[in-house]
Amino acid sequence: MFEKILTKARMLSPWVLHFDCGSCNGCDIEVLACLTPVYDLERFGIINTGNPMHADIFLVTGTVNHRNKQVLRNLYDQIPEPKVVVALGACGLTGGVFREAYNVVGGVDKVIPVDVYVPGCPAKPEAIIDGVVLGLEKFRQKASAMHS
Amino acid sequence: MTKTIIPFGPQHPVLPEPVHLQLTLQDEVITEAIPAFGYVHRGLEKLAEIRDFQQMIYVVERICGICSMIHAMCYCQGLEEMMGIDVPPRARFLRVIWSELHRIHSHLLWMGLFADSFGFESLFMQCWKIREKILDIDEATTGNRVVISVNVIGGVRKDLNAEQIHWILSELKDVEKETLRLETTIMTDYTVKKRTVGKGVLTRQQAYELGLVGPVLRASGIAQDSRMLGYAAFNEIDFAPVVETDGDCYARCKVRFREIFQSIDLIRQAIAKMPDGELAVKVKGRPEGEVVSRVEQPRGEVFYYIKANGKKNLERVRVRTPTFANVPALLAMLPGMWLSDVPVIVLSIDPCISCTER
Repeated sequence: MFEKILTKARMLSPWVLHFDCGSCNGCDIEVLACLTPVYDLERFGIINTGNPMHADIFLVTGTVNHRNKQVLRNLYDQIPEPKVVVALGACGLTGGVFREAYNVVGGVDKVIPVDVYVPGCPAKPEAIIDGVVLGLEKFRQKASAMHS
Repeated sequence: MTKTIIPFGPQHPVLPEPVHLQLTLQDEVITEAIPAFGYVHRGLEKLAEIRDFQQMIYVVERICGICSMIHAMCYCQGLEEMMGIDVPPRARFLRVIWSELHRIHSHLLWMGLFADSFGFESLFMQCWKIREKILDIDEATTGNRVVISVNVIGGVRKDLNAEQIHWILSELKDVEKETLRLETTIMTDYTVKKRTVGKGVLTRQQAYELGLVGPVLRASGIAQDSRMLGYAAFNEIDFAPVVETDGDCYARCKVRFREIFQSIDLIRQAIAKMPDGELAVKVKGRPEGEVVSRVEQPRGEVFYYIKANGKKNLERVRVRTPTFANVPALLAMLPGMWLSDVPVIVLSIDPCISCTER
């Protein structure tokens, strides 16, 4: 019973952790633009938090490189279960335009499991909001699987 | 009191980008700051060996998403100079218009983040609300909000028609009016002044010796701006750099704030003087030789060194970005400051880590 209420409450107010994992800033400023008055994610109860331990949804932008893959892994491990990872932009999906560069490992899914892929270079705020909402559905499934 | 070492970053709520600072503290006062870079390094300069010189425009635009158009403009101007291409006048004026639009959106973005760094969230929201109008102009005229990809070697790809120009001017009027309303807050508010006045002071001499660029340099009283070189169409437009003399975080804020109005004025001048004509000339042959190209980004001067040997791929592309020049200023300013001032001082140089590390 308590778990059901908890899952419902978390669904209504998912907190987001954003990590720039070697992107060109294009997607990052679009993530921030989602929080501002024109798109206003906060009306859905979504708050951008700086602390991984408070987060439910992990937004990752950009390619993974050999230096920041450990940071990405650490952040992922610190987020409590259930958690959803949303990879943003062409770089976060596959490495995008940088995939042949020598210091690029590839997409985010090379290091951590990804639930939602949002394409675009950079991904538009509408697409990011859509991705987060799709992620919420995954979040509900994971939460109910965890409690059953 | 023993020393404490506090890590700042790589993931930090104030700074969207990963940079790591190791701060040594004596009580609450910083005694030493050691930066660690490389979290965003991708190796883009090396990509010149795989991509040909036309495809490299696509890559250099993605060095930094915030000033993408200006990176591409600098690269294209370098190659145009090397290949002896005369860019049509209309294309040069269009480049001025789009680059100044990028400057306005970058400065508004910075001002929002700067307000956020001392916890003034409503100012952050206001700045970003105004910024959306500029992004709407970008989207309506080029098809993308952030990375607009208008530059090609020899000119630009998109044109503005009379209807669009009329609309841009009316939008700019709104932007100007709304930014003016922020002026009272930024120039007179107690909170803003308390957190920024007298923090991270750099004297004129220090700024000169550290080799700074952009608004950080101009806030210390040195009138230097690459737009004075007269690239694109800046030689046909009235332009004088914005200068402040105090050299603290507040002065840097004022420089960027006044530059927003200056950019609006430059766009109006460019629109008024823009001639009709071709958008781009055809590029024949392959580049050969070496060239240095400099333009002014929102953060300061960006420097491109391009070397080509007549093949499809360039031999070397070297980029020196403004943040790379301004990081020494950060390390000079931080010792002696309080820990709570770190976000304000770090943001006052407008760091763009993805530019610096590429």
